[in-house]
Amino acid sequence: MTMLDMKPADTPAAARLVDLFELGLDAPICLTWELTYACNLSCSHCLSSSGRRDPRELSTEECKAVIDELQRMQVFYVNIGGGEPTVRSDFWEIVDYATAHDVGVKFSTNGVKITPEIAQRLAKSSYVDVQISLDGATAEVNDAVRGPGSYATAIRAMQNLSDAGYRGFKISVVCTRQNLSQLDEFKAIADRYGAQLRLTRLRPSGRGADVWDDLHPLPEQQRGLYDWLVAHGEGVLTGDSFFHLSAYGNALPGLNLCGAGRVVCLIDPIGDVYACPFAIHENFLAGNVRSPGGFREVWQHSDLFLELRNPQTGGACTKCQFFDSCRGGCMAAKFFTGLPLDGPDPECVRGFGEDALRDRSGDALPKPDGDHSHLTSPPRPRTNKPVPITLTMRRPDRAPVSACAEDPLSGFHTA
Amino acid sequence: MPDLDLDSPWTLHPQVSVRPEPFGALLYHFGTRRLSFLKDVTLLTVVRGLAQAPTARAACLAAGVSDSELPTFERALGTLARSSMLIERPPAAAEAPPSKERNA
Repeated sequence: MTMLDMKPADTPAAARLVDLFELGLDAPICLTWELTYACNLSCSHCLSSSGRRDPRELSTEECKAVIDELQRMQVFYVNIGGGEPTVRSDFWEIVDYATAHDVGVKFSTNGVKITPEIAQRLAKSSYVDVQISLDGATAEVNDAVRGPGSYATAIRAMQNLSDAGYRGFKISVVCTRQNLSQLDEFKAIADRYGAQLRLTRLRPSGRGADVWDDLHPLPEQQRGLYDWLVAHGEGVLTGDSFFHLSAYGNALPGLNLCGAGRVVCLIDPIGDVYACPFAIHENFLAGNVRSPGGFREVWQHSDLFLELRNPQTGGACTKCQFFDSCRGGCMAAKFFTGLPLDGPDPECVRGFGEDALRDRSGDALPKPDGDHSHLTSPPRPRTNKPVPITLTMRRPDRAPVSACAEDPLSGFHTA
Repeated sequence: MPDLDLDSPWTLHPQVSVRPEPFGALLYHFGTRRLSFLKDVTLLTVVRGLAQAPTARAACLAAGVSDSELPTFERALGTLARSSMLIERPPAAAEAPPSKERNA
């Protein structure tokens, strides 16, 4: 699961929640809604391969119809993302419509539109939560992944929110090999701006598949992360994304269950409904909100979601003594690294994932559906092959302006 | 000192939304952005009855909670009070407007 920051109440003993939720709910608790694939950045690990807007994206009126449906189904809140959702010209209209219809909003942004005026406005609404993405506690580490200037943009947004009196906004960090040594610095940044730290897992989804081998945490770093999370308890949010680490010992706070299609899902910019935001692939496409019956029909009756609500009974992991705590890990992480879905997570703490990665067949890895990457974005590693370029020597005997066959000053003579 | 005095009037926080489920209910607090679960249908009846009951104890009794079960429900309600899902209601405001509970 990826999106729930929750706190179960200590209510009279009944069945464990994880067992109840494994069978699915009539409506999601919350869902992720990517409003647009357009983005001003080109982060190398973008899980939705964002950059360019898809011309088929839902119109303002279609978005409002989705919100009406979510209100009827009593979906408590939506995690709005993208792309960079705030670049949609109707973004604030959609946010206001949702909160006026009892659907809370958390939105993720790189901070580009969080001006002092917008920050003032956000500080006034308790129904809107803001998550600023930051993937390095220093500009050097952050900008290597998110692009030049992105650290400064995020810090400026945090300063604006803090100055406006907004308390408790989230700083959302995707944990990587490069930034896991900075956890204390991230916490210090959050404390400085009156924010709460949220750490989530790097997934090999979207462009993340291209950089996963270089960015995903090493085994000893995973152990350090687990210990750090245990030490900080509920003060640090994780969106329940590290449940695969629970096999180290005590379960981390949260449900510790893959909620895909059971308690959460994804609506993408063109209305396609996927099991989770990290699984944008036709194998995990359940339907579209534009089809008859809308979102409710997809959630309640799609073949895919009904199948996902069957508890896992087979596979190598069910025989592991830690299966009850890690539940086999993340479906999307397995899928995009070419591992079987009923086998170990690629980052299995017992090392079975590394074994499986070594033993996997040489078939091409599944590719995410749709690449919306900027066509002119800075170079990023799409393959491991070197990029051929042609080197030429400047001709010292000619003027540096090669387009002019003739000196443009010819014919002019000083008096 | 327990988190909730059974002999005081209580109510749901106005920013809490209640969604009934087969196992009980889901509670979401729009202010704290916290989710809680009621893993028991009787507890849901108690929580929904709080606003109209003179005390939390009365709400429990009206929902059919026995004396022996009362400490369990006191603990569960206390947990909800600690996370601001429930708030103490001033006795004078017994006729307070109903909480923001949808699908009621």
